[in-house]
Amino acid sequence: MRPLGGQRSGECRKRGGTTVSAAALHTVDSGSAGLAQAGMRIAGADVDTTHGPILYLDGITVSFDGFRALNGLSLTIDDGELRCIIGPNGAGKTTMMDVITGKTRPDAGTAFFGQTIDLAKLTEAEIAHAGIGRKFQKPTVFEQHSVFENLELSMKADKRVRKAIGARLARADLDRIAETLELIQLADAADRLAGLLSHGQKQWLEIGMLLMQEPRLLLLDEPVAGMTDDETMRTAELCLSLAGRHSVVVVEHDMDFIARIARQVTVLHEGSVLAEGPMDVVQADPRVIEVYLGR
Amino acid sequence: MNAALPPQVATEFRRTLAAPERPLLTRGGWATFTVVAYVLLVLVPALNLLLPASHPLHVSDYVVTLAGKIMCYAIVALAMDLIWGYAGILSLGHGLFFALGGYAMGMYLMRSIGREGVYHSDLPDFMVFLDWKTYPWYWSFTDHFWYAAMLVVLVPGVLAFVFGYFAFRSRIKGVYFSIITQALTYAFMLLFFRNDTGFGGNNGFTDFKRILGYPIAAPGTRVALFVATGVALLGALLLARWIVTSKLGRVLTAIRDAESRVMFCGYSPLHYKLFVWTLSAVLCGIAGALYVPQVGIINPSEMSPANSIEIAIWTAVGGRGTLVGPMLGAFVVNGAKSWFTQAFPEYWLYFLGLLFILVTLFLPRGVIGLLRGRR
Repeated sequence: MRPLGGQRSGECRKRGGTTVSAAALHTVDSGSAGLAQAGMRIAGADVDTTHGPILYLDGITVSFDGFRALNGLSLTIDDGELRCIIGPNGAGKTTMMDVITGKTRPDAGTAFFGQTIDLAKLTEAEIAHAGIGRKFQKPTVFEQHSVFENLELSMKADKRVRKAIGARLARADLDRIAETLELIQLADAADRLAGLLSHGQKQWLEIGMLLMQEPRLLLLDEPVAGMTDDETMRTAELCLSLAGRHSVVVVEHDMDFIARIARQVTVLHEGSVLAEGPMDVVQADPRVIEVYLGR
Repeated sequence: MNAALPPQVATEFRRTLAAPERPLLTRGGWATFTVVAYVLLVLVPALNLLLPASHPLHVSDYVVTLAGKIMCYAIVALAMDLIWGYAGILSLGHGLFFALGGYAMGMYLMRSIGREGVYHSDLPDFMVFLDWKTYPWYWSFTDHFWYAAMLVVLVPGVLAFVFGYFAFRSRIKGVYFSIITQALTYAFMLLFFRNDTGFGGNNGFTDFKRILGYPIAAPGTRVALFVATGVALLGALLLARWIVTSKLGRVLTAIRDAESRVMFCGYSPLHYKLFVWTLSAVLCGIAGALYVPQVGIINPSEMSPANSIEIAIWTAVGGRGTLVGPMLGAFVVNGAKSWFTQAFPEYWLYFLGLLFILVTLFLPRGVIGLLRGRR
């Protein structure tokens, strides 16, 4: 199906850093270019989505000591789609994210980002460079750094050691940080240590950090866990506004939140896809009710 | 994302958000730096060389040698702070890199003895004693100072790079990494204790006569070594400050606090850790090379596990992640050590242990935290 996959992705890996930096520089040159535009430009250069989908998982199996966390999981995410993934505890949702981001290697199956990038051959950092951003279940920010520095560190740039030593923030970089601060409603807290933020604010900061990476695909693992109703609503709006510019995959337990944002829903059960479709169809599926919704 | 903002808001932010100031040293820092540089590089040498020993302001040779020795330790503490305080990697093997730098310099110093040894041979006394006829291959060219100086940097640097590459690539962290570094220095100590290794066995190198042609015990040479150590210390401090105030430094602390997030941001922690780890080892090697001509001896006990643990104690006592703190810690602990080991020689290790416990319990930010907190 993808005979060129391996070879092409190897090439991508070799020149990954330079390609990305060239794209990033381009963004800086163009001054006030918004994230959306920048994202599109990088998109053209790196990820081949000519056939529509941005993520293909095909027959992914992962076993831990004989327990099959993922069992022949096949899933396709379209470019620009907002996909919600639900499923009972232990259904394999987080393991799936681990496979996509390179933290866990699948025992069998293939994972492709676009047509050409074989995720199984890249490290976590290379996958992040290729354009996949991940928010963890537990908000993970740099607690000893200010909010500003958190965004600065996660900003799309050449992230090799020798570039980091003399790195300077250009005007356009500061503008992008300012825009993101505004978007995640932390503009007044830019100088505050991230460790001092509330739980909900940390969740938002982490989403802001992902956006600074200008990812093509965003993986959000329980983005509204521990949030107040008001914060949940605003996060839902944020997710909806991101779809289209980015492809977004949301894993969540909060059914109100899912109902608010859901277009396509995938239900995982025991490591593979149980049902897939619009929210109301999935909700009415007797198998889904049996394993998950009915309980 | 622009669309989410009314244009005037975006413009306003463009005006207000400024890049944070990250000076190499603060204004007060530069003032202190200048004063310390003046004292180390001008005042102490002048007071030692120009004033007669009877003068009340005369700085004695003992003090110059002791201070020079402690400055070498301060460089090591600084190197330790880069890797432990900033990158969060506790090495319990830094004494090894210090000793290797010392041995590299020691080889040159041994060759400089010439035929003035006990056996009046071209070979060092310990080789004559072992009935060796020629220098082993790894002693080649060590009679050239610049070659030895290169070894001072390369031997600790290459060893740290190779060891670090495999350790960090295997994602060995925390206490496991500390234990492996401790084992590494112990293994090298056993290796260097053997006479066959060719580094003088348990006696190591001593009885140096001259360095770069100058008699090693002469007052002028001693002061020159003191000044060289001062320059190295101040230079190392500026280098370390440059690193920790750059984005590189912020990535290092981010690795310390949330390594997985750093990876998913697109950084490769391996390269960052390897860089700072190797740099830290090289700094230790340079410190060791400056240490040996001043104290006049290097032997495998420098590689003993306890020595490396002491380095960590200086750093903790001074205050991790502050650079200046660990340097201060090296002075405080070693100053106390030279007094204590004369007054109550048998109790020093108890005192050191107690100090470490007290600092950990009551001064988590070290002596520097105490000083800064009071202001």
